[in-house]
Amino acid sequence: MSSILSNLQILTIAPVFNVQLVLDGLLIGAVFALAAYGMALVWGVMNIINITQGEFVVLGGYVAVLFADRGIHPLFAVPVAAAFLFAVGWGFYRAVIFRVVDKDLFISLLATFGISILLQQLMNTIFGSDVRVANAHLESWQALGRMVTVSQVKVLSFIVCVALGIGLMWFLKSSRLGQAIRATAQNARAARVLGIDTDRVYAMTYGLNAAICGTAGALIAMAYTIHPYIGLPYTIRSFMIVIVAGLGNLGAVILSGIGLGVAENYAGFILGAQFQLAFVFLLLVAVLVARNWRLQRQRRYLK
Amino acid sequence: MSMGPTMTGGTRIAVWGAALAAGLAAPLLFPSYALQITELWVFIVFALTWDLTGGQMGYNSFGNVVFVGVGMYACAVTQVGLFYSVGEYTAARGGGTSFIWDMPQYMGGLGLGLVAGAVLAAVAALALGSLVLGMRGHYFAIATLGLGVAAGELAAGWEWIGAGAGFSPASPPDNLDVNRFYYYLAMALAVATFLAIRWILSTRFGLAINAIRDDEDKAEAMGLPTTRIKVTAWMFGALFLGVAGAIYGNMKRFIDPTDVAFAGSTIGVWMVLMAILGGKGTLWGPVIGAVVFQVFKEVFWTFLLGWQRVALGLLIVLIVVFFPQGILGFMRERFPALFGHTVEPVVVAGEEPGGART
Amino acid sequence: MTALLEVAGVSKAFGGVRANADISLKVDEGGIIGLIGPNGSGKTTLFSSIVGFHPVDAGSIRFAGREISHDTVPEIARLGLLRTFQQTRIYAKMTCVENMLISRSMRGRPFTDFFRQRSSQKVERADELLEFVGLFSKRNLMAGSLSFGQQKLLEFAMALMNEPRMLMLDEPTAGINPTLINGLIDRLQRANREFGITLFVIEHNMRVIMNLAEHIYCLAHGELLAEGPPEAIQNDQRVIDAYLGAH
Repeated sequence: MSSILSNLQILTIAPVFNVQLVLDGLLIGAVFALAAYGMALVWGVMNIINITQGEFVVLGGYVAVLFADRGIHPLFAVPVAAAFLFAVGWGFYRAVIFRVVDKDLFISLLATFGISILLQQLMNTIFGSDVRVANAHLESWQALGRMVTVSQVKVLSFIVCVALGIGLMWFLKSSRLGQAIRATAQNARAARVLGIDTDRVYAMTYGLNAAICGTAGALIAMAYTIHPYIGLPYTIRSFMIVIVAGLGNLGAVILSGIGLGVAENYAGFILGAQFQLAFVFLLLVAVLVARNWRLQRQRRYLK
Repeated sequence: MSMGPTMTGGTRIAVWGAALAAGLAAPLLFPSYALQITELWVFIVFALTWDLTGGQMGYNSFGNVVFVGVGMYACAVTQVGLFYSVGEYTAARGGGTSFIWDMPQYMGGLGLGLVAGAVLAAVAALALGSLVLGMRGHYFAIATLGLGVAAGELAAGWEWIGAGAGFSPASPPDNLDVNRFYYYLAMALAVATFLAIRWILSTRFGLAINAIRDDEDKAEAMGLPTTRIKVTAWMFGALFLGVAGAIYGNMKRFIDPTDVAFAGSTIGVWMVLMAILGGKGTLWGPVIGAVVFQVFKEVFWTFLLGWQRVALGLLIVLIVVFFPQGILGFMRERFPALFGHTVEPVVVAGEEPGGART
Repeated sequence: MTALLEVAGVSKAFGGVRANADISLKVDEGGIIGLIGPNGSGKTTLFSSIVGFHPVDAGSIRFAGREISHDTVPEIARLGLLRTFQQTRIYAKMTCVENMLISRSMRGRPFTDFFRQRSSQKVERADELLEFVGLFSKRNLMAGSLSFGQQKLLEFAMALMNEPRMLMLDEPTAGINPTLINGLIDRLQRANREFGITLFVIEHNMRVIMNLAEHIYCLAHGELLAEGPPEAIQNDQRVIDAYLGAH
């Protein structure tokens, strides 16, 4: 308790620490938002809550780690991770997911949870449980009289996320596949009647989501750290952002992602790093409970 | 609501008798497997209690581990705290010869610890249930997932109970055959849980939770106090989960906050799988599922060392995708007569739908 | 005759759509009252508002003298005001008898009564009511395996089992084989006369409602258009226009 108070005091006495926290929150928030956008895509189009989301991210991270281990600059790993994860996602759709698309949501939840456990253990067995980094050999800028550190690789990851987000928006709006995806999301049956192969759209969407996660993962490995067990927290973060922002609104997803990033950084600073994950999961419960209470005032509920 | 294959009274007693006898004799006949079967009894409790709110009531929880962990820590802390300072004990990492329990101390502590575990778990169910049982379907599932993992992370940060370094349960006195003792204790709990759940399903409460599963809005429209029923059902399961957790922690000889107590990605998911594998919404389904699952798990651990967890993950996917009806569900489809189901003749249009026939 | 149900100035809108606008009506104890109107006129919405399925934007709803517009669905049901659903809701994975037993009224009984074994008296009562609606031979079948019409009858029997003071039925004859409708009307009348249940019925079948109801309310476009005894409503030009879509 006393350490919490003293941490809070630091923030008020030395306001420059706030700048650091907000900045770092902003930078990682973009990555959260990217992963959340992919989850919203799969949820909106196929009505599946993809618990495997976080594991796709971690897998992308390991692609970057492999590149870095072989001396190749991990930035080149980003598109490779995207392509590889696209294939992985597409493959899982064709093998497993298509069977649960029409079933009730709990079965698809369990199925993606099962795949997440499978991938998590696979990565643990193959890569070991150590924390890994894909070193991008970039420096940091110092700002505000050397009180604020701006990691260049984090800025790079932020820029890539923004670029990818813009690219995705363009893709969904203008390309034929993007339009097919949006049509299927709105009304799958009508799309089918109009000649869209909804099964292929689903496979593409799931693969696209995996690719988005893979990209995010590669960036995280470069700018932060990864290990086999950070998947579930990423899944939960994406889910939370989608709940708060809704399915259709990219702007809201970005804002929520950044908000979450900042909130997490503050929580980690004030409560201590060992409670940061607890904060994330409790925030999830709080968001859901708050949402549900609001609905219950109108005699409705979260469903 | 089906309880399983129909059996005549005599057959039923024979089956029960044989099962009980086998259970009682097992640690004597197969001492090298005693630990695994002890774990199986615990798993049976996990699966049965999960199915009460899951298969029978339709609220699929990924967070029942909260009650396991609460029971585990509550019992362990009680056992230590009755005779020593818990803070000192955890600071010393519970080690060595400075902390000992003689038989009456150990047994007394354990007895109180089991009660503490049950009570605190039920209180947790009351508190958390009031928060999250208002949500339905996958929102409830994910909220409980969050609770389960959060509980583990909080426990891992709490110094008083050992934080990330874990907590060693009170060491049993030397003249106690620990394995055999916990085997029979776990078995007794499993039998008690089974009988309790069988009882509750035979009451009006059992009908009420099935009604909530089938159509909660209709149940409300008929005046059923659904919120109270839901919370009560979760509390009922939590009682047994708390005791199961207490036994499990003592059996494992070491309580790690995220891997043993609040193990969301292992036992948290496994209990769901066991109920589904055996047959959700039945009485014997979770039991059968626990047995089959434990067999698979032990086979994997023995023969696929290094890859056993991957294999288990694969098994989970296969069960969920290809076998969601479970063993009992499968048998009910193939051999409906065995379950006392009559196949309904087609009603011709225009006929009075079934007149009085005695 | 005292008014058992009094609805005063009730309005309900969904988004921009006014489903109910300033509706006032009353149902006397022991009577059979009808509610008619073309599709989309707000009849089911009004029923849902009355039983607490959603909150109302404005107005008051009183049942047996007690204001219920802020009560929850289970609370209102326990006061003795039940409704059946247009899409017929029953408990699909339970047998018909079990559906009946769980519908038994728990009014005035403590929560611990839930933990008692199923009483044989109540099984008898359930059987009687299943017999009353003609479903006795189906008593041990899964309710989900019944035909739509049979499920409607089961839902009706479940409501009777609950011993309500007033039963609101949403299109009780919809989807029923025409040859069986007379039987259903007969049972409704018997429920009213013998069990003393006040009935408030939404109906599209004019023959049914004109024969059944003593007083009829007609809604159109969310508003109360006309009310009166069946003969008056039948000949009311506004009602005829509403159904033929002259507006």
